[in-house]
Amino acid sequence: MSAAVAAPGTGYNFAYLDEGTKRMIRRAILKAIAIPGYQVPFASREMPMPYGWGTGGVQVTAAILGANDVLKVIDQGSDDTTNAVSIRAFFARTANVAVTTRTREATVIQTRHRIPEAPLHEGQVLVYQVPIPEPLRFLEPRETETRQLHALAEYGLMHVKLYEDIARHGHIATTYAYPVEVAGRYVMDPSPTPKFDNPKMDDCPALQLFGAGREKRIYAVPPYTRVRSLDFEDHPFRVQRFDRPCALCGAEGVYLDEVLLDDAGGRMFVCSDTDHCEERRADGHVGTEAARV
Amino acid sequence: MLARGFHDPVHEAQGVFRAVMDALARPGTIQALATDLAPPAPLTPELAAIALALADSDAPLWLDAALGENTAVPDFLRFHTGARIAAVPSEAAFALIADPAACPDFGAFAQGMPAYPDRSATLVLAVSGLADDEGWHLDGPGIKGSARLTAAPLPADFLGRLGRNHAAFPQGIDLILAAPGRLAALPRSTRVTTGG
Repeated sequence: MSAAVAAPGTGYNFAYLDEGTKRMIRRAILKAIAIPGYQVPFASREMPMPYGWGTGGVQVTAAILGANDVLKVIDQGSDDTTNAVSIRAFFARTANVAVTTRTREATVIQTRHRIPEAPLHEGQVLVYQVPIPEPLRFLEPRETETRQLHALAEYGLMHVKLYEDIARHGHIATTYAYPVEVAGRYVMDPSPTPKFDNPKMDDCPALQLFGAGREKRIYAVPPYTRVRSLDFEDHPFRVQRFDRPCALCGAEGVYLDEVLLDDAGGRMFVCSDTDHCEERRADGHVGTEAARV
Repeated sequence: MLARGFHDPVHEAQGVFRAVMDALARPGTIQALATDLAPPAPLTPELAAIALALADSDAPLWLDAALGENTAVPDFLRFHTGARIAAVPSEAAFALIADPAACPDFGAFAQGMPAYPDRSATLVLAVSGLADDEGWHLDGPGIKGSARLTAAPLPADFLGRLGRNHAAFPQGIDLILAAPGRLAALPRSTRVTTGG
């Protein structure tokens, strides 16, 4: 192998995975794109990080990444938490690719459970880390059965689950991993993103790829594809609303995290998307607690 | 002597894959596919690049009659990919078709099963002409509104075949149309009509 092939100074192949593994994952990605929302089994590898830390997303990213890509990694919207920093450093080291925290500048964005607030564009790929890819798993534990249910497009169980929510709580109480129907056929788990982000998946200009490492599944939503959150005529899908803007940048209509400030119950609500918040503050937007940073 | 493979297997394979991925994700768009491979005729450089990027011992190739005529073609592909050359089309993960006008019926290839529609073939057709401003009307996942695409040469009943392939969704085959220097794709999810 020539020096240009290997990741310089690491002893690893470009983007860590060997070429045979990349080909296997790439073939799975191509079938996933051709059958939107269908879970393609793949031979997930041991990665140098524990299951639950994004091994599925990392393998998808490694398989698609090229030398000219610009990578952004977020964990719950944040660029600077442990998971995001580790994965970004992993690819900066093994693939020597450019990394960024700016949503607009990235060509590949790996995410754990948020979709950035800034609109995505056509040149981008959004890679989701998925813990449990099967939306029916907690309703039917047997893989052989859930395969059949998907084959028959038999999604009555899921509607019963949502109906039981209404019977118990008066509304659909599912707030994350809210099931979606992709291109009018497969019901898909959008990974544990807050349901607030579900509308962003619909008709999105970017390609969305999903990797579940422990469960060994890859699935995809092509660009400009109809992604419909399941609901009922008399209980339409609704996203949660926040009754105040971001305390740091004053943004409204974004997803907020609660931050405890002291032992006396002080708290503030700030943008979960740290890049969005920083860009707004750089543009001069100010929230009520902006003095704290 | 055996023609060489990729100069830089890692990055050339990645570039070919991304072109194929973008083409499948955005049916009706034409993606650039630059390669300097010089495989034995009638294997085109584009077909060779796609095979070298995606085929291996887990993904058998099938060659159409035109490609099978020159024994240097299977030798080249076996050496560089390690893939088995399937004797029957139904065993292939990728079918390389140098004479697209004589493309076998899609039913000859693996269609996948209702529970595993991914266990299906991808057909790679070496077309000479490819245009995205005339011809068929496409709609479906990956397409903003609608798109146009045409390729030549193809069998006269190709549109009917595409229609039956789409009607069998989620089962079916996926198509890559590779012209000199560029490619487009028609996944089974795309509805192809004459418009009107």
